[in-house]
Amino acid sequence: MLKRTPFHAFHTTCGGRMVDFAGWEMPIMYRSIVDEHVQTRNSGSIFDVSHMGRLYFSGKDAIAFLNAVFTRDVEKMKVGQCRYGFICNDAGGILDDVIVSRDKKQWLMVVNASNREKIVAHIHKVRHDRDYDFDLSDQTEATGMIALQGPKVIERIGGHLEAVANLKRYEFVSDTFMMLIKYTVSRTGYTGEDGVELILPAKMAATAMKMLAGKFDRPDATLKPAGLGARDTLRLEAGMPLYGHELSETIDPISAGLGWAVDLTKEFIGAAALKKIVAEGPKRKLIGLELQGRRIARQGTPIVKDGQVIGEVTSGTLSPTLQKSIAMAYVDAAFAAEGTTLAADLRGDHNPAVVVKLPFYKREK
Amino acid sequence: MSVPTDRKYLKSHEWHKRVGDVVVIGITQFAADELTDVTYVSLPKIGTKLNANERFGEIESVKATSDLYTGVGGEVLEINDALNHNPATVNTDPFEAGWMIKLQPTNPGDLDALLDPAAYVKSSGH
Repeated sequence: MLKRTPFHAFHTTCGGRMVDFAGWEMPIMYRSIVDEHVQTRNSGSIFDVSHMGRLYFSGKDAIAFLNAVFTRDVEKMKVGQCRYGFICNDAGGILDDVIVSRDKKQWLMVVNASNREKIVAHIHKVRHDRDYDFDLSDQTEATGMIALQGPKVIERIGGHLEAVANLKRYEFVSDTFMMLIKYTVSRTGYTGEDGVELILPAKMAATAMKMLAGKFDRPDATLKPAGLGARDTLRLEAGMPLYGHELSETIDPISAGLGWAVDLTKEFIGAAALKKIVAEGPKRKLIGLELQGRRIARQGTPIVKDGQVIGEVTSGTLSPTLQKSIAMAYVDAAFAAEGTTLAADLRGDHNPAVVVKLPFYKREK
Repeated sequence: MSVPTDRKYLKSHEWHKRVGDVVVIGITQFAADELTDVTYVSLPKIGTKLNANERFGEIESVKATSDLYTGVGGEVLEINDALNHNPATVNTDPFEAGWMIKLQPTNPGDLDALLDPAAYVKSSGH
């Protein structure tokens, strides 16, 4: 039986095409992936991201524990800050990419839906092995979470949530809406656009969404619902990694080009292995590719140079914004320089592809 | 789901319409909807000879890549070049403007063996 988010009725009303995503019944799209993608870049979209895991930590050793498992130094974080980073295994492989937020009396960790059970098990194991004293509260199913993303989002919802306009990137605030609904809002997202992510009590989620977003069904609506399909093409244009594609337990953050989210001046699980990778240089690197023509190189497509396989595609699509076939791939470090001409093996056809700088798309500020 | 009754179908969602001596082939609205936004259609060269149930091309969308099959054998007389520039026509008008190839059938009787509209609708489960 698939789990349903607090917004299930909303999806049905809006004509969402529902699919199984990591055990959750989620909308892949409502109208068209491309339409929803363009709407997000030009105006704004609402995404249900309630399937993401929301884990709260409190108690004496919460800081020590988080610093032991997370690649950023949480002691340096101020109340109201969010930080993106990783939970690694001993070899430096990525168990999950997460966002940790520091509130007054507790910490929040947002994890991928597909990794939630694994991460909860990892937390219990580390707590047991190191005898840490803290409380873990998994609020995933007691709350709902929506992402509002796009250039017109802040203006559109600022009237309802005054705190939003003053939030900087990767800051959050917890407050009460209409003296009734407790919520947390952060200036974060996964689309390459400005916007926020909101966590609400499950019971209030649907009501709050209606109040915030108004009517979606008008053709000129500022905010319209968008599904996981557009979320994927948006994050890919923005060069953001997706667990199960660019990230896995056999890939480390350094090879993924995400060393900026790893603090090697502190100790954490996987730090020793990552120091070694930094010292020796990663053997493979994550690159951006622009393919000639309109064919798409999907996950698993071999990347070849002079007839030799030197890498593999992790994600690819036809970029709705750029109208070009784009892909991310891991290749031998020797072939990762910008401007290198490679080829994607599309079912036997060697389709030319050039290494380009990530991200493919960057919003104007 | 309803489909045009003037043609025959494959379970893999291709329609086949006889127009005079020629058979026109495309995919159904159901298949186009499942694929979502079509980004690319690869079609054979004119003159290519195909057997019944042979792959004649491929179709790509934002979501997936699929093979295209013909239910009748024959020679490719014409391909829909317009799909090169506007592959999304397959989404908006799959039964008419979104046609893919025209075949000179080797054995026009091949067509009789294909699914009739009711059988296709049943096979697609909708």
